[in-house]
Amino acid sequence: MKKYIYPLLLLISLAAAEAVEFLVPNSPLHQNAKHPYFGWIILAVTVIYFLYSGIQVLQKKKSENPPFYRAPFLAGIILFFNVLNLITVKLALLPVLYFPSLDRVFGTLFEDYSLILKCVGYSSGILLTGIFGGLLVGFFMGVGVGFNKTLSYWINPIIRILGPIPSTAWIPIFLLLFPTARAASAFIIGISVWFPTVVLTSSGISNVKNSYFEVSSTLGASQFYRIFKVGVPAALPSIFLGLFNGICSSFVTLMTAEMIGAKYGMGWYVNWQKEMMCYSNVYAGLIVIAVLFYIVITLLFKLRDKLLLWQKGVIKW
Amino acid sequence: MVGEIRFENVKKTFIRPDGETVNALNGVDLTIKQGDFVCLIGPSGCGKSTMLRILAGLDQATEGAVYIDDKKVTKPDYDRGLAFQDHSLFPWLNIYDNIAFGLKARHIFKEKKETVNEFIELVGLKGFEKSFPHQLSGGMCQRASLARALIGHPKALLLDEPLGALDAFTRMNMQDELLRIRKEQNMTMVMVTHDVDEAVYLSDKIVVMTPRPAKIEKVIDVKLSQPRDRNNPEFIRLRSEILKILDFAGKEKEIEYSI
Repeated sequence: MKKYIYPLLLLISLAAAEAVEFLVPNSPLHQNAKHPYFGWIILAVTVIYFLYSGIQVLQKKKSENPPFYRAPFLAGIILFFNVLNLITVKLALLPVLYFPSLDRVFGTLFEDYSLILKCVGYSSGILLTGIFGGLLVGFFMGVGVGFNKTLSYWINPIIRILGPIPSTAWIPIFLLLFPTARAASAFIIGISVWFPTVVLTSSGISNVKNSYFEVSSTLGASQFYRIFKVGVPAALPSIFLGLFNGICSSFVTLMTAEMIGAKYGMGWYVNWQKEMMCYSNVYAGLIVIAVLFYIVITLLFKLRDKLLLWQKGVIKW
Repeated sequence: MVGEIRFENVKKTFIRPDGETVNALNGVDLTIKQGDFVCLIGPSGCGKSTMLRILAGLDQATEGAVYIDDKKVTKPDYDRGLAFQDHSLFPWLNIYDNIAFGLKARHIFKEKKETVNEFIELVGLKGFEKSFPHQLSGGMCQRASLARALIGHPKALLLDEPLGALDAFTRMNMQDELLRIRKEQNMTMVMVTHDVDEAVYLSDKIVVMTPRPAKIEKVIDVKLSQPRDRNNPEFIRLRSEILKILDFAGKEKEIEYSI
C-alpha cells in the first residue's frame, strides 16, 4: 500500500503547488520575476527524484528503507514552499520588501550565478585553508600535549588562556596584522578549528586505557608506534568530536569575518545585498551558504564513517 | 627455547597520596625453570600482580632485580608476552590485525605473514579474522589476546588473571587451551590467579603469597601428571593445603582491622 501512497502524496503536493504557481495571479504589489523559476524547480526536483527512485526500484537494490521512503518528506517541503508562495507573491500577506517572491529568490541563483560562484570559490578557499591549518596544528599540538609532560606544562596554560577567546573577537587585530583580508580570515578560521581540536585530541589521548599502551609495549612497539598506532586511533572518536565542533564554529567565524572585513565571499555577498535592500538575493545567498556548509559537514561525516567503522558496535550512533 | 626467570630479593614500595609508604612486595626470591607453568596465588594486596608487572617490565623494582636468562629486566619487550584480565584487544582493529600487531610493530610483518594464520588456528579463531572484538564473546576475545601475546614467540607468557572474567564453562575450556598451547609452544608461563582450583589444575609450581607484609608464603611443587583429574585425592589434598595457608592469611588481616 505504502508503495503507492508515498509517490502519490508527492504528486498531489506537486500538483497543488504548480496550480498555485501558475493559476493564481500574482499580487500587483510584487515585482515580477523573469520566469516562474519556483514552478520549474519543484517540477525538476520531483522528476529527478522519481527517476532516481525508479532506477533503484528497477535494479531491486537492497536498502534499509522502503522504496519512495523520502517522497512524503519531499511532499512536505513542497507543501511548505507552496504556502510560502501563497502568502508572499500571491496574496502579499507579508511585507513585500523583506519577503520577495520565491520566483525572484530562485531566479537570483540563475541570473546572478557568476558573482555567487566567485563568492563561493572565495569563501570555500578560505574555509578549507583555515580548517586544514587549524586541524593540522590542533592535532599535532594535541598529540604532543597528550603524550609529553614538558609540552603539556608549557602549552596547556596557553591553550586555556587563548582558546576560549571567541575567534571572531580576533578579527580587528588580525585584519591589521595580515597583509590581506583573505589571509586574516583564513587564520581566524584556523584558530576556531584549532581550539576544540587541540583540547579534544589531548583529552582523548589522556583517556586512552593504559592497558593498550602496556600491551603494545610488551609487543615490542616503539614510542613513536605507540603514539600513532595506539594513542591516535584510540583517541580518534574524541578527535572527530573536536574537529566537528571546530568546523561548526568556523562557519560562524567565516561569515562574521567576511561581513566585517572582506570584499568578496558569501558573507560579504549577503551583507552587501542586505544593504542594497535586495532581499531576494539575501535569501538566495543563504540557500547557497546552507548548501556549501551541508556539503562540508557531509564530507566530514563520510570520512568519520570510513575511519570509525569499528565504533559502530561499540557506540550507538 | 629458553626462558628461565629469576627474582632476586625484589622489593617494591609505593608512596600513597597521603604520604604513607606501602610495601607492595617485600623481598621476593623465586626461580622459575624454563618451560614451567607457575601460578601466583593469594588474596588481594599480596603483591602477585606487582610481581608480574615487574617481570613484564611495566613497573620497576625498588630494590633487587628480575632476570630472564640472566638478562636483567629493565623495560617491557617482546620476549615477555602479556595478557590481561580484560582482553585489552584494540577495538579499532579486527581480530587479524590485533593478532598481527606485534609483527607490524616490529616491522617484520612482511616476512612472517604466515605466522598470523598459524596462531589464529592455534587459538581456534579461524573464520573470525575480519570480526571486530566487540562482535565476539569474552572467551574468543581472550583467545585472540593470547594469540596476540604469543605471536612474537616470547620466552615467557605472563597472564594476569586472564580467565577471571569468563564464565565457569568457558573458563575450564580455556584452561585446557592454555595447557595445549604450552605443550605446543613449550614456553614458560606465569599466571596470576585467585582461583585455587585453577592453580592446582594448571601449575607445575604454585607460589602462595600472603599480604602484610606482601611476600611468598610457600612454593608448592605439583607432581601430578597431565591431564589432571579434579577429583584425584592428591588434587583435593593440595587444594585444601593452599586454602589453609590462604585462610591463615585472611585471619591475620581480620585482626588488623579489629585493632
